[in-house]
Amino acid sequence: MAKKKDFHPVAATANDLRSGAVVFREPDGRWGTEARRAEIAETPEDAERLLARAKADHDSCIVVEPVLIEMAEGRPVALRERIRDTGPTAGIGRTA
Amino acid sequence: MYRYDEFDHAFVRERVAEFRDQVARRLSGEMTEDQFKPLRLMNGVYLQLHAYMLRIAIPYGTLSSKQLRRLAHIGRVYDKGSGHFTTRQNLQFNWIKLADVPQILEELAEVEMHAIQTSGNCIRNVTADHFAGAAADEVADPRVYAEILRQWSSLHPEFSFLPRKFKLAVTAAPHDRAAVQVHDIGLHMKVDDKGERGFAVWVGGGQGRTPMVAKKVRDFLPEADLLSYCEAILRIYNLEGRRDNKYKARIKILVHETGEAEITRAIEAEFAELQGKALTVPAPEIERIARYFALPDLETLRARSEVYETAKRDPAFALFARRNVHAHKVPGYGIVTISLKPTGAPPGDATSEQMEAIADIAERYSSDELRVSHEQNLVLPHVKLDDIPVVFAQLQKIGLGDANAGFITDIIACPGLDFCALANARSIPVAQRLSERFEDIARQAEIGDLKIKISGCINACGHHHVGHIGILGVDRKGEEFYQITLGGSGDETCSIGEIVGPGFSSDGIVDAVETVVDTYLKLRISADEPFLAAYRRVGQAPFKEALYAR
Repeated sequence: MAKKKDFHPVAATANDLRSGAVVFREPDGRWGTEARRAEIAETPEDAERLLARAKADHDSCIVVEPVLIEMAEGRPVALRERIRDTGPTAGIGRTA
Repeated sequence: MYRYDEFDHAFVRERVAEFRDQVARRLSGEMTEDQFKPLRLMNGVYLQLHAYMLRIAIPYGTLSSKQLRRLAHIGRVYDKGSGHFTTRQNLQFNWIKLADVPQILEELAEVEMHAIQTSGNCIRNVTADHFAGAAADEVADPRVYAEILRQWSSLHPEFSFLPRKFKLAVTAAPHDRAAVQVHDIGLHMKVDDKGERGFAVWVGGGQGRTPMVAKKVRDFLPEADLLSYCEAILRIYNLEGRRDNKYKARIKILVHETGEAEITRAIEAEFAELQGKALTVPAPEIERIARYFALPDLETLRARSEVYETAKRDPAFALFARRNVHAHKVPGYGIVTISLKPTGAPPGDATSEQMEAIADIAERYSSDELRVSHEQNLVLPHVKLDDIPVVFAQLQKIGLGDANAGFITDIIACPGLDFCALANARSIPVAQRLSERFEDIARQAEIGDLKIKISGCINACGHHHVGHIGILGVDRKGEEFYQITLGGSGDETCSIGEIVGPGFSSDGIVDAVETVVDTYLKLRISADEPFLAAYRRVGQAPFKEALYAR
């Protein structure tokens, strides 16, 4: 876990086991599909607890590949995670 | 086309039932993800950014109309109404639910399809020239040999847990359309002075983080020895290939570290043990397999079609005929490339409606046959020249009448960061912006043959190393940057592109490519000198100067 002075707020994300959908852990413990509703851990200690709960949900076969991602202003910081949150930036393009 | 025999049907159905049980056990919690992951990968199921991705094998890129309709159906019912044709002649669905996969596999099995050998450290789905069985310049149908290799390699017990994945490609025309020299084994068929068929055997090619052109270990391998020789190569690799480092585990590294002479000696020694024994492919067996790939009943026609020639008065059709129609081995017929690269569209994508319309066209005008190209296009292999104007009109109606085959907008791009869990940068949006920048078909025609290939990470699924202009997306401190390589080629003059200099930002990459193109147009000797020839003549310097001079 990052030291306190390097720490940035994080959320827990994963994929839903059954559908594969991108999900974020919400404060009530449910997994939803919008990063803006995710529980945000503001301290390293809270982040550790959040990850532990996410991993427990992995072990309970609710989600797969849970990880913590950095958040700012209600959305993921990294481009990869923003694409996971909002979907591909490339559409199907011209069709008939 | 190859038809499943009783064994094939039973095998695939058993495999579906097995995976149905495995999925049920995973969903019930009886099986952990660590236990399940290798099993799902063996059935073509990946977990990507947004969902599970199912990669479906299309052996040697050959499809029937019925199979394409089934893919369209799966796209509509289980995905978001489209599919993505890949650089290995396969098809991927990007929005699949794990719980649906067993049913999808069952529906695929009904049309003799599956997802085996599309993942894992095994011998992958064998690829071939996408004009196979129709090309005027081929000496034989390479799919016959690709099918023999498929039957040999499917679940081969000795080669199911190789150091890394293993890819084979087969071509049988002097002009290599299958990029055999950038495969683990590339087989280039030819006929010797006595009229006997055999292969030049290339070993140790590949792209990825360490791109290498394969070494030719045999100039002429008789066709009967195909399996014995491949088995010898695989045995050497299985025994000596590195398992300590994933990034050094491909056979290209073994060939490089061992040296061409020594690896050839080792292969030949192993082959000497195997030659003339059980793996020899008898001539009658080759003939039996070849019958599955016999030409359909084509009519006896004049080589010149007045209908076709008259239609060329329309400039749009004339360009389509010039770019998207290739010479067929039977007079009066042509091979039609359906470009899946309309302006602004993700390369290789087709909607379910488009797939169904193409299936109808193939059924009516191409003897029910289709091919998928590694350049992410579809091919109608047997179309009467008389019918091509009608086919062109029907393709235009579904938005796929672009006459840009081999032009600058006929771009290969991997799924990139929009879909792929491994990617560092986006590929498809770059392809879309380039497609829009060079939309003017007259400008494309002026530029001529030019292959742009884009990868979103060093794994090089977009084949950027062999692009005339290659683009590699990288992550630099959280920002996408794009490195340009020049002078790559995947054909019989195979070469790995050279990095031209520092990368460009996402905002700058399209301008940079345009600078490269404009530089080429200024320095070419004439309009008959293609980009690759000009680059090989002048080298990197003028392009570098144009890109980086302040």
